[in-house]
Amino acid sequence: MNINATLFGQLIMFGLFVWFCMKFVWPPLVEAMAARKKSIEEGLLAAEQGRAEHAQAQQKAEELIASTKNQAKEIIDNADKQANVMIDNAKGAAVEEADKIKAHAKSELDQEVVRARNDLKDQVSTLVMQGVNSVLEKEVDAKAHKDMLSKLSQSL
Amino acid sequence: MAQGELTASAYIKHHLQNLTFGQHPDGTWGIAHGAEQAKEMGFWAFHVDTLGFSFVLGALFLFIFAKAAKRATVDAPSGLQNFIESVIDFIDDNVRGSFKGKNPMVAPLALTTFIWIVLMNTMDLVPVDWLPYAAQLMGIEYLKVVPTTDPNATFGMALGIFLLILFFSIKEKGLGGFVGELTLHPFGKWMLPFNLFLEGVNLLAKPVSLALRLFGNMYAGEMIFILIALLPWYAQWALSLPWAIFHILIVLLQAFIFMTLVIVYMDMAHQKEH
Repeated sequence: MNINATLFGQLIMFGLFVWFCMKFVWPPLVEAMAARKKSIEEGLLAAEQGRAEHAQAQQKAEELIASTKNQAKEIIDNADKQANVMIDNAKGAAVEEADKIKAHAKSELDQEVVRARNDLKDQVSTLVMQGVNSVLEKEVDAKAHKDMLSKLSQSL
Repeated sequence: MAQGELTASAYIKHHLQNLTFGQHPDGTWGIAHGAEQAKEMGFWAFHVDTLGFSFVLGALFLFIFAKAAKRATVDAPSGLQNFIESVIDFIDDNVRGSFKGKNPMVAPLALTTFIWIVLMNTMDLVPVDWLPYAAQLMGIEYLKVVPTTDPNATFGMALGIFLLILFFSIKEKGLGGFVGELTLHPFGKWMLPFNLFLEGVNLLAKPVSLALRLFGNMYAGEMIFILIALLPWYAQWALSLPWAIFHILIVLLQAFIFMTLVIVYMDMAHQKEH
């Protein structure tokens, strides 16, 4: 176990190994590990963010659904109301129309009655005149008693 | 045992001898045959086994980690990738915990020291005779498979750390600041020589303690494996298994201590206030 020039050989070798390690081994490994660490951290952060966003979106969706439900209900209510109003309106119009038709029919009927009565009056007066004529052919002058006869027929 | 006629002490000596390449006294270069020849080669000799194993292990570490670095993506990692990234995380935590300055070199330095030392220490868990015996069959006389049981390896690394301490101390505090730190503490300028002595010892103790702690622990562990290997073959498992399991702890612990101290020393080199 004597000291000799092996010492220097070992020293040079040590230096070369350290240099090589410093140049080609340490930096890429440490960089890759740091990059991995960073990417993992980023991934975790993104996951957290994603989860938060998801919760937010869910809440939003629930709100949206609720508001939509309300809106739908409102629309249905409005439609119901409108339908009722329309039905009422239609009923009113129908009643009015019916009344109108009824009134019209009644007035026509009245006119018909008046006309019928007048006809009847005329016919009766004619009949009376004929009866009277035939009875009183000789004693009654149609012309002289015409006024009296028409008065009579009018009072019928 | 490698050879039947070997005595116990020869066996141990054989196991503690590095494969040395250097200049023989007669001027030729070659492999030393035996401890005597290795000693004669003096300082300018190389432990081929230490350098070879540490290079292969370091290259293995860098190969696997560089592959993982190339494949690293933002997607979820799997298998080996996952393991490597958890190691990176572990080192990063330690550096963040102990190192307050800003220096892109410290974390890769810690990673390299930790993994490299773990791998070198782990060679201790390979049964002591396997690789040397296989080498012997291939005609290689000596083979010490655990680089960290060679003080050259640990002192080489510690020397590197020491140079980095000096470099970053001067870079961060300026030459004046660093010299001031060495001379004006802890007793003020009138006690300058004493301060210099104290701080100098303090400074030098850092690499020496780093190197010796690692070497001592691993050397002792290896020694015990060698001693266990001297027992009859049917009794070895009873001791080598518990020791190997315990040694896994030492393997990791020593690498961890070395790395932590490197981080702490780097931090001290970067701190402006004493």
